[in-house]
Amino acid sequence: MSIQDRVIAIIAEQAVLDPADVTLESSLDDLGITSLGLVESIFAIEEEFDISIPFNANEPTASDFDISSVAAIVKGIESLVAQKV
Amino acid sequence: MKRVVITGAGTINALGHSVPETFEAMREGRCGIGPLEFRDVDRLAIRIGGQVRDFEAEGRFNRQQMTLYDRFTQFTLAAAQEAITQSGLEFQGDLAARSGVVLGTAGGGVSTWDDNYRAVYEEGKNRVHPFVVPKLMNNAAASHVSMEYNLKGPSFTVSTACASSNHAMAQAFAMVRSGMAPAMVTGGSESMLCFGGVKAWEGLRVMSKDACRPFSLNRNGMVQGEGAGVFVFEEYEHARARGAEILCEVIGYAMSSDAADIVMPSKQGAARAMAGALADARIDRSEVGYINAHGTGTAANDKTECAAVADVFGPQADKLMISSTKSMHGHLIGGTGAVELLACIMALRDGVIAPTIGYEEPDPECALDVVPNTAREARVEVALSNAFAFGGLNAVIALRRI
Repeated sequence: MSIQDRVIAIIAEQAVLDPADVTLESSLDDLGITSLGLVESIFAIEEEFDISIPFNANEPTASDFDISSVAAIVKGIESLVAQKV
Repeated sequence: MKRVVITGAGTINALGHSVPETFEAMREGRCGIGPLEFRDVDRLAIRIGGQVRDFEAEGRFNRQQMTLYDRFTQFTLAAAQEAITQSGLEFQGDLAARSGVVLGTAGGGVSTWDDNYRAVYEEGKNRVHPFVVPKLMNNAAASHVSMEYNLKGPSFTVSTACASSNHAMAQAFAMVRSGMAPAMVTGGSESMLCFGGVKAWEGLRVMSKDACRPFSLNRNGMVQGEGAGVFVFEEYEHARARGAEILCEVIGYAMSSDAADIVMPSKQGAARAMAGALADARIDRSEVGYINAHGTGTAANDKTECAAVADVFGPQADKLMISSTKSMHGHLIGGTGAVELLACIMALRDGVIAPTIGYEEPDPECALDVVPNTAREARVEVALSNAFAFGGLNAVIALRRI
């Protein structure tokens, strides 16, 4: 599975949606993911890829990690996974 | 209904090992938060906290006591000794039979859990010390205070996360006010600053890596603290008859439940608790001069709390002072309301308002007088102490100058 498919699978599970219904353009808000759900998703993604995502719920936009859409998250994860190697 | 006064106060926290030391630090706006020091701290992303320094359990407690006292119990006993000594009370006869201990803690013996899990999971040991259970149980501190001071009345532990101490003190107040007990030892303590205790909080992603800056626009989360606050709540006539020094009067309280979200605070729940405390104390909102805020330094708490204050107090919200001393001693979780009650006592008795330190940028969503960075002299007649816990459980206490 590609990074994109794996991230979408995690987000879909959190949003209780079919992965097919999670589009790259969706924001987490569109998908009905709350701030607590976001923290859980980030944890699940970190576990899946063995990476650390710089994210503080008090200032979600302050870090370089963009969470504005599924596409932005996938891009961020790809970059963190690439840095790991 | 009886009147209830505070005749003894004790504490140990990152600002000091006694009430006078803590008051001095609060007056000076000193920060007790610094780099954490304990085993495996290098495996944490969050490495700061309001840790109690130079507290030597050895010498203070004997070997047998040490095997039974988790750090949260040690803190409690240190604070209780200061409070009960100050009160001058000796619990004997009917006074002992009817007076008890109600204390708050969220985690109880967290470091005892931590140490023993490490022993059995990480080190593979198959045997633990026989006193692990009596050492870690949440009521251990209350029980040891009862044994140490011969308190034989109603005694128990309250655990409502960050509101534990306020719920405990509210309960103790209600017991004295109703005539059920002539005096109660109350407050709370917490000691979560160990690897597992901080790691758990880290997971929530609400912790700051650099400082606790309540109400400041650039705030980025909470910082944990540790310690204890213990008080003697006594029936007014009982205290007067023996010529006790009275620190202030406890005049009311309210508790409310948001019934909404397990972590996100609710403006309505907080407002109902504050308004309820005013109603219970039968005072007008215009009498309140100071609020010790819950003020955790998270994005969510501070703006919700300020909105709730604005709702309850209307135009008076702009006249009163509200500060968060968590900026100095950190968030003591289940012990926090007890240590923060000291700031209310200092405001009422000494006329000194503890500041919110670390305040750097005004936040339009927290547009109240937060007593930024520097303590202030002011005469205050009535003070409130707020605590709003995870789980949506709130408790507010009202106190009056005497």
